[in-house]
Amino acid sequence: MHTEETSNVQVMPADKEKIKLIWKTAGILALITALEFLVAFTVPHEMEMTRVVIFIGMTIVKAAYIVGEFMHLKYEVKVLIWSIIIPMIFVVWMLVAFVYEGASIYDGRF
Amino acid sequence: MSATAHSIDTGKNIWDGGQSPLKASYGKLMMWFFLLSDAFTFSALLITYGLIRTAHPAYSGTVEDFTFSQDYWPIPEKVFEAVPFLHGVPLPLVFVGIMTFILIMSSVTMVLAVEAGHRMDKKGVEKWMLWTIIGGLTFLGCQAWEWSHFISGTGGGGAGLSWNEYGPMDFAAFFFFITGFHGTHVFSGVVLNFLVYYNTITGVYERRGHYEMVEKVGLYWHFVDLVWVFVFTFFYLV
Repeated sequence: MHTEETSNVQVMPADKEKIKLIWKTAGILALITALEFLVAFTVPHEMEMTRVVIFIGMTIVKAAYIVGEFMHLKYEVKVLIWSIIIPMIFVVWMLVAFVYEGASIYDGRF
Repeated sequence: MSATAHSIDTGKNIWDGGQSPLKASYGKLMMWFFLLSDAFTFSALLITYGLIRTAHPAYSGTVEDFTFSQDYWPIPEKVFEAVPFLHGVPLPLVFVGIMTFILIMSSVTMVLAVEAGHRMDKKGVEKWMLWTIIGGLTFLGCQAWEWSHFISGTGGGGAGLSWNEYGPMDFAAFFFFITGFHGTHVFSGVVLNFLVYYNTITGVYERRGHYEMVEKVGLYWHFVDLVWVFVFTFFYLV
């Protein structure tokens, strides 16, 4: 229906470097997920603390790639980057407070 | 760019108006702040899971001897070890791994759709949006299978809102709530993706002169992927 008016739209050629970066990011994400699997089945459950630290570290790296590259936050203005990251302090605090509280409930029950 | 130079000349601050200091459109900013609030919701759910789990005894024996009991929190890899068409074969976390991979891939096709939109490449946006929708639907299908398997169980009665074969009641409740809330997000993401796909085909964005809607919905879609990365770690791995 609109072919006449759309035919004069200029399609720009794809930037090979950009596409390469997208696939590179995807590769890194897949690699880290594979490493998580490796850790899940090689590091014994007795080393609970080591496992948790490795998993959380890898998750944060993955999150950084998704938010930075895929959601493009890395390339935004500094004020925008900080207004998204700084409020996350509340989440960190909640995590510390709630897990501490959970341990305290456990001590009260058992 | 010239506006910035001009504002410096007159001694005005970039926040004094007349330009956008964050160099992003209203719609994109609001999507970012919505996602921030949504991140708080998901964090609250996952952290509460942490609280309840810490308040329960952990399993203390060896992984080989693990059996389901109401007395301690289960080891997740012992709960989620089924894969469709491979009945009775214990493959811990393999299916969740496949689901993670599907969601990451659909995130990649979404970035490619956004990239095509920047170049006004209508055909490219159509192609990559369609792949993204297919990825989302596949993920939802996997989740439906996972839920039905979790509910019907492996002979021990399965799990529901008032019974749980795998461990304490709260474990099943959190499984339903967290993966269910995430699944609802995936579902609305697929609906939004479809709307964008439809508008692309009918040429709405081409006539508008830009494909910013693809970017905004893309932000939402990546967020859904991001949340899954955290659910995967805190619900299935830890």
